[in-house]
Amino acid sequence: MIIGIRSIPALLKGDRQADRVVPPSGFTAQLTLFTSAAMAFLAVFALALSLASGRLAARWGEELAQTATIRIVAPLDQRAMQTAAALRVLETTPGVAEARALTDAEQQALLAPWFGQDLPLDTLPVPRLIEITSETEGFAPIGLRLRLTAEVPGAILDDHGRWRAPLLAAAQRLRLLGWGAAVLILAAVAAMVTLAANAALAANAQVIRVLRLVGATDSYIAQAFVRRFTWRAFAGSVAGVVIGLLAVWLMPTGGDGPGFLTGIGFEGAGWLVPLLLPFISGAIALVATAYAAGRALRTIS
Amino acid sequence: MMLRHNRSNKSNRTDTGVIELENVAYSYGGGELLSDITVKLAPGSFHFLTGPSGAGKTTFLKLCYGALLPTAGHVRVFGADVRTLERDQVALMRRKVGVVHQDVQFLDHLSVADNVALPLTVSGRHDEVAGPDLGELMTWVGLTDRATGLPPELSGGERQRAALARAVIMSPDVVLADEPTGNVDWDMSQRLLQLLIELNRMGKTVLLATHDLSLIRAAKAQVQARVLRISNRRVQLAGADL
Repeated sequence: MIIGIRSIPALLKGDRQADRVVPPSGFTAQLTLFTSAAMAFLAVFALALSLASGRLAARWGEELAQTATIRIVAPLDQRAMQTAAALRVLETTPGVAEARALTDAEQQALLAPWFGQDLPLDTLPVPRLIEITSETEGFAPIGLRLRLTAEVPGAILDDHGRWRAPLLAAAQRLRLLGWGAAVLILAAVAAMVTLAANAALAANAQVIRVLRLVGATDSYIAQAFVRRFTWRAFAGSVAGVVIGLLAVWLMPTGGDGPGFLTGIGFEGAGWLVPLLLPFISGAIALVATAYAAGRALRTIS
Repeated sequence: MMLRHNRSNKSNRTDTGVIELENVAYSYGGGELLSDITVKLAPGSFHFLTGPSGAGKTTFLKLCYGALLPTAGHVRVFGADVRTLERDQVALMRRKVGVVHQDVQFLDHLSVADNVALPLTVSGRHDEVAGPDLGELMTWVGLTDRATGLPPELSGGERQRAALARAVIMSPDVVLADEPTGNVDWDMSQRLLQLLIELNRMGKTVLLATHDLSLIRAAKAQVQARVLRISNRRVQLAGADL
């Protein structure tokens, strides 16, 4: 490659003389800035989506994996006995950190949104719920289910896995799609910069011929172009990221609700991830322009 | 003056030519334009290159500074085969070979003075751009009052002189000029010739392509010049009858 690693500091520092030998370009420069800003804006949202779904997947994975529920469906007179039996089984089950039967008041609170406050729970055969919190490694649901069948006929174990799995998969897929979109956006930046650099190099073919004639090296000529496009991609990207972050920041949050849409955004260190975008865009523009310049220069002796 | 300190360099290499062509042939897609050319430009020599239009004068010059590679044979510039030179080495070689094209091209967004100083700029010698040499050179080619203008504002003769100034600002060992008097009147062509003769007296090797025989005759009175004539795809040393 024409631009070596060692020339990068000099490249960023700039060489006013070298910049002047390539004529200034107005309109196309603004287009590069604009496109780079728009891409960075989109990339911020792609990142927000991936980070949010990543968080969601992690949360669901953790919370749901560590909890399970047992329902005791039994006639009223056997319910207390079976509940006690189930709790005994759970005490001796490896991997169960805590098991606790919900109180009448708690069950009433759970059912209140559907049946109102005045439900006479003690007269209805409402199943008793036992909340299980497992240790980090978890317990074996199949083994527990077998033991329960033998000792507590009315117990039904729900380890949340059945409905957790597809949601988790969806969240993980969404995260993947978000990263994929971000990568695509950066690839589009590379393509855009390559096109713009090719156009600039073609428009300046005469300038390049004159420079070669008077003894300019390829890297000298390339640097004038590379510096410009790197700077434009970087500056455009900074603007896009700032606007994108503002937009994400201003998005309505759902308070403590569990909604997914209202959870899109950044949290904590996640806010720093989009700040990498301008540097990545700049690096991509540098490589893309150096490559385009290398190819264009080879056609001119 | 900057153009002065070259003769001492020159004495170091006596027997090798500054530019040597050995059995060189060049063909475009259609057919051979030049064939079996063996020419040696000795240091400090003054050569004319003449021949009818389309005979290959420009091609010959381009072979001499690596803008074209021979399809057969070897071209050596300062002892190095141009075919083996890397692109950066070609760039460095061109800092020692001043070229004046028939259709001179400049960077039209830079002033005439900046254009003349361009070889210094691109070789990282910015500090010399503002030095006294540039002013001296502009005076030498008579473009002092045009220094701040833009190249498109120059007349044909002024463009040629600006190109000559640009070609020699690096104090090159060789000056190659392709029909520098092609688009200018007789007085101006005399002036350009005088400048080239002066350069030759300072020790530069000069190769001047022209189809203007009266220019050659005018030069012969002042400088010991050899005339290379291209005819039938070959280069011959013309007799003294010119």
